Amino acid sequence: MHVPDGFLDAPTSAATGAVAVVTIGVALVKARTELDDKTAPMAGLVAAFVFAVQMLNFPVGVGTSGHLMGGALAAVLVGPWTAILCLSVVFMVQCLLFADGGITALGTNITLMGLTTVAVGWLVFKGLQMVLPKRISLVPAQAGIGALVSVPVAALLFVGLYAVGGATGIDLGNLATAMVGVHVLIGIGEGVITFLAIGAILAVRPDLVYGARPILERRELEIRTPTSGAAA
Amino acid sequence: MGAGHGHKLHFHGHSPIHRVPAHLKLLTLLAFMIVVVATPRDWYPAFAVYLAVLVGVIAVSRVPPTYLLKRTVVEVPFVLFAVLLPFVATGPQTEVLGVSVSQHGLEAGIALLIKGTLGVLASLTLAATTEPNELLLGLERLHLPQQLVQIMSFMVRYLDVVTGEMQRMRIARESRGFTARNPRHWPVLARSAGALFIRSYERGERVHLAMLSRGYTGKMPR
Repeated sequence: MHVPDGFLDAPTSAATGAVAVVTIGVALVKARTELDDKTAPMAGLVAAFVFAVQMLNFPVGVGTSGHLMGGALAAVLVGPWTAILCLSVVFMVQCLLFADGGITALGTNITLMGLTTVAVGWLVFKGLQMVLPKRISLVPAQAGIGALVSVPVAALLFVGLYAVGGATGIDLGNLATAMVGVHVLIGIGEGVITFLAIGAILAVRPDLVYGARPILERRELEIRTPTSGAAA
Repeated sequence: MGAGHGHKLHFHGHSPIHRVPAHLKLLTLLAFMIVVVATPRDWYPAFAVYLAVLVGVIAVSRVPPTYLLKRTVVEVPFVLFAVLLPFVATGPQTEVLGVSVSQHGLEAGIALLIKGTLGVLASLTLAATTEPNELLLGLERLHLPQQLVQIMSFMVRYLDVVTGEMQRMRIARESRGFTARNPRHWPVLARSAGALFIRSYERGERVHLAMLSRGYTGKMPR
């Protein structure tokens, strides 16, 4: 799924590269507020996790399967800025050590599958968190919807980039329909798995879910006393 | 653990290409690919020259060509796209082997195949001749921000550990008779992903504490 060299023309590649560089620069500063001095080891391990999770194929039906992109998942788990760093590093390692995605398309890949999925996933998640009641049980669903939306949006952005710097006159309407159609399916898988995975993590270590922290902080200590009075 | 043992694509060797400093290889690859991408798509002699240069470099590196060719499979999805392009593109039509296809689409598809294949081969050559550690040093010499290099070094170091953990979870699932066949099996995969995250994160915490107890101050010692 990674964009190879020569798929988009040089100016488009350079422009997305610049977007990626600037965003990573901002993320480097902002991520310190999310992880402090733990940034390097923690983000490194989360990046390794994202890499591994992208190898987890899920069957979509009739013999085809998709794999997680993990942008929204990472954003909810470790915070958007750290997630941007993690995903960018994942794409760099995939490009340089695994030859997956072209080096001139690295900026495009980071922008499309890293920045876009993280940003869309996080914004949808935060938006839903603002309008819905602040309950811990809603966090997985909000994350899942964020993940679901993030995948087709990334696909649409890809179509947009193809329109600007792509090779030839494909009918853009058709391309958009095909891309978005396929990616809605993948997005549903991504959304459901993100929903279930966040739910599983919340059940075991709710403190690890960055997106749930504001809600956890509002929780008050609840002291339960036996009501019947009889000592057990 | 996993550090310094190379990775799946690395081909151990001592050729001149293996010994070139990683930052020079990175810059060369980038420059080469920019030239390739910027070349107009109907300059076929130029592409032949690029391929000859690339084949020359691969020959000097003494990485067996079959080793590289087998690993070009990462390209497959875009090969499919390139093959489809002549049929879905609009514009004037032309005849190829009795089938009417789009002139523009055909040219674009061929150019996509050529440029993409050159890119994959060049990247594979870099990956096959460069150890991850050297690559990280190279990126550092190119003044990639310290923190990014550090994150990457932790990722590369623990990649095999984390993917190994995932493989063991997969084997454990399969030894209980599980194979993911349809969306009803997603919950199992999701719980695996959740468990993998908790294990990775907790490993990160332990690594961080172990580093602190050895005097880590947020910067790697030189």
